[in-house]
Amino acid sequence: MGHQQSMRVWRGDASGGDFRSYSVPVEEGEVVLDAIHRLQAEQAPDLAVRWNCKAGKCGSCSAEINGKPALMCMTRLSTFEPTETVTVTPMRAFPVIRDLVTDVTFNYEKAREVPAFAPPHSNADGSFRMQQVDVERGQEFRKCIECFLCQNTCHVIRDHEENKPAFAGPRFFIRYAELDMHPLDTLDRRRMAQEDEGLGYCNITKCCSEVCPEGIHITDNGIIPLKERVVDTKYDPVFISLGIGRRKQRRLVGPGGGSGPSPIKRPGQGQSSLRSAASAGPASGATATPTFAPAPPRAPTAVDKVASTASSAASKVGTAANAESMKTAMPAIGAAVGVGFLAWAIRKTRKK
Amino acid sequence: MTDFESHDYDVVVVGAGGSGLRAAIAAHEAGARTAIVCKSLLGKAHTVMAEGGIAAAMGNVWPEDNWQVHFRDTMRGGKMLNNWRMAQLHAQEAPSRVWELEEWGALFDRTKEGKISQRDFGGHRYARLAHVGDRTGLEMIRTLQQRAVDLGIDVFMECTITRLLGESGSGGRGDRVSGAFAYWRETGSFITFRAPAIILATGGIGRSFTVTSNSWEYSGDGHAMALWAGASLLNMEFVQFHPTGMVWPPSVKGLLITESVRGEGGVLRNSDGKRFMFDYIPEFFKAETADNEAEADAWYDDHKNNRRPPELLPRDEVARAINSEIKAGRGSPHGGVFLDIATRRSAEDIKRRLPSMYHQFKELGDVDITKDPMEVAPTCHYVMGGIEVDADTEAATVSGLYAVGEVSGGMHGSNRLGGNSLSDLLVFGKRAGESAAGYVAALPSRPAVAAADVQAAADEALAPFANPGAENPYAVMKDLQEHMQSLVGIIRKGDELEIALKEIERLKERARNVSVKGSGRSYNPGWHTALDLRAMLTVSECIARAALTRTESRGGHTRDDYPATDPEWGKVNLVITERRGVLQVDRKPLPQMPDDLKALFEETH
Repeated sequence: MGHQQSMRVWRGDASGGDFRSYSVPVEEGEVVLDAIHRLQAEQAPDLAVRWNCKAGKCGSCSAEINGKPALMCMTRLSTFEPTETVTVTPMRAFPVIRDLVTDVTFNYEKAREVPAFAPPHSNADGSFRMQQVDVERGQEFRKCIECFLCQNTCHVIRDHEENKPAFAGPRFFIRYAELDMHPLDTLDRRRMAQEDEGLGYCNITKCCSEVCPEGIHITDNGIIPLKERVVDTKYDPVFISLGIGRRKQRRLVGPGGGSGPSPIKRPGQGQSSLRSAASAGPASGATATPTFAPAPPRAPTAVDKVASTASSAASKVGTAANAESMKTAMPAIGAAVGVGFLAWAIRKTRKK
Repeated sequence: MTDFESHDYDVVVVGAGGSGLRAAIAAHEAGARTAIVCKSLLGKAHTVMAEGGIAAAMGNVWPEDNWQVHFRDTMRGGKMLNNWRMAQLHAQEAPSRVWELEEWGALFDRTKEGKISQRDFGGHRYARLAHVGDRTGLEMIRTLQQRAVDLGIDVFMECTITRLLGESGSGGRGDRVSGAFAYWRETGSFITFRAPAIILATGGIGRSFTVTSNSWEYSGDGHAMALWAGASLLNMEFVQFHPTGMVWPPSVKGLLITESVRGEGGVLRNSDGKRFMFDYIPEFFKAETADNEAEADAWYDDHKNNRRPPELLPRDEVARAINSEIKAGRGSPHGGVFLDIATRRSAEDIKRRLPSMYHQFKELGDVDITKDPMEVAPTCHYVMGGIEVDADTEAATVSGLYAVGEVSGGMHGSNRLGGNSLSDLLVFGKRAGESAAGYVAALPSRPAVAAADVQAAADEALAPFANPGAENPYAVMKDLQEHMQSLVGIIRKGDELEIALKEIERLKERARNVSVKGSGRSYNPGWHTALDLRAMLTVSECIARAALTRTESRGGHTRDDYPATDPEWGKVNLVITERRGVLQVDRKPLPQMPDDLKALFEETH
């Protein structure tokens, strides 16, 4: 029942790359990640891919399969025709490191900005009392495996590198929602979500919910209730007081623990010449500008071929074959689609 | 030369699973400059795979529960080979560690009174596991990760430690550890950490087996690095095969099916539809195990007047029973047995209590577990053996080296109870972090990193690129896994273990000839695999060597040629040390339990 699977895998790094075609034997019940692993073992030992649990629990093997953002370990090959070529590309919203591996530091920097859970008292004696029905709302969001497919799909940043500093993305909106809905949290997080994290940029197209491998109702249960709570205290400034196109100056330091040099280290960063071995105390604490900087714009590499309909839901994403023809025109097409989409979304929001 | 990127810390924690994160939080809070170094992205460590829950005698469901009962269950589950002091500390401190998680934002399932709910699990006398559906590990790692980020602890992600460093050029052997050597996966560039205290929290060894619930990260790095640095390993023969792994389709063979399925009422049946576990109740557990279906079923609602179902015996017993049924020809079509929850609980209950199991079978196995039984067979899950540590401080036998979680040994004896792993990570993570910070604060002078150690580590890491040999690292790894699976698996024999050791020698030779192809050092998984082989071969040899030495059957070590549990072997640990590549296995008497704790085992059930 096995067959030869035809695969096209994007190979390259930040300087560019291209698709390579492979033919790999696959067995019944296998998933895309199995095929990738067999390629590694038998044909392409240096094919870079991130993975851990191979069970849809860790969210490491995110990629775009025939243009659709998905986990490689949860995409069964039986969902394609045996004769169909399966095209695998790295997530588009993040800079490529190599092959299918992208630099997702953006998400870890955004995570630092969320202020931690703030309980009313802290004595760790088991005295918290919460009802199941109350914790269930937050539990839905805590199912998040941080695969960052929602971030990858979100049109606000997918082809708009410039929005990244001001926009935390769906993964972190549900983090805000989770804490906001926590029966015991004492912080008012509504203004933070709106002003510091760019909640207003979201125009609830639900693309994020469509690609969530955990089936979290990101938009319906997280973002929309959060937006409604924000409206209670503050009318949306993007559309009213500031006018379209202008952006509120973002605080340079995150509202939460996100001050000081980034604790998320990258190769070659923060050599210890800056920090003497003799100095004591916790490593952070010094004030400095945040180290997060938007990744440099990517060269229009072959990845852009499968860039596809950036601002559309995954299910509407064009096939790799369609995307092929977009190769050279992609940046312009992307911009046009983005602007058109935004105009439509604004009209839609105003009608409400 | 040795002018690689370098960093100074007080405490470097290797691994970012539950134990590493908890240790880093504790070290940071104790004032130590702390770094976490992990092979994967933050939040992806193997702890996310833990499903069932955290064992802690909070007494929220059964007020009769307390640390003494938990201690007793743990020791009996480990067939009395556990380090009694670790088992005591674990049982005493687990509740506080769970409540602390709640303070940091964890959202556990609740009882009707609004307390943390607790569920039944194998070997635990009372419902004791704090849980979140069947994704407790995810909740725990996310909570700890968010806490660590909030505290601003430095994290080096996708950075692999390959060697511990010492003061005198002997890699820590005979002196104090002074740091660790690593490479960035992204660039392949090298990095040295100068730190007087290293906490190993690297997890287990499951990647050495074909059928395993473990991820690629479980290559035994911590076990091997500690051994190479002169530390000792304890009881490496004890490997837990979880009774219920998926068997079909082949792509997911070994994937874990949580014990919660049985905790929630699921039963095991053979091809005749018989609940066969009643035929496999060992003498040791007869007094507390139901011998008929009516009593077993009544137990779920009334623990006091009924004995527990045999499906909830400790994992080693259930795994051996399943293995026997399959061998006797009473297995399921794909070589497992049936785990049935569909006829026992309503579809709604199953989806609510076991959502990820429902999801996993639906997506990957085309089985609706609310309608049909699952096919299950044992899968390599956990190593009880590990680095020998002091019970109170988690200090290894080399100064400055600490070990916590699965990489440490002693806590679980010869068999770990489900749920005791997550609590182990928390209890000893906190202790390790605090004691490492205390060790550094009390140091009169910081150890210097020996340049020779750094150079040796760099040369070793680059060797596969210079190698003219033609061995494929993936092929060597696959052969190792197949030998370990067939010769050092759930049922072992002396002659097969001898063969395994010979095969490992041959594989070591092949590993020396492994060469790396392709585009250099940047995120090159072929290179990473070539480097992982060293640790995998070392721990595999330790397991086989210890398994050959222990001529009895106990917990996670079953010898076909020595099927009985031998009281004499119940008095000793097997301790492994290494010198110039040669392993030495010694017997060491168990620490003696004080009389007040001994008395807990004399009371009748």
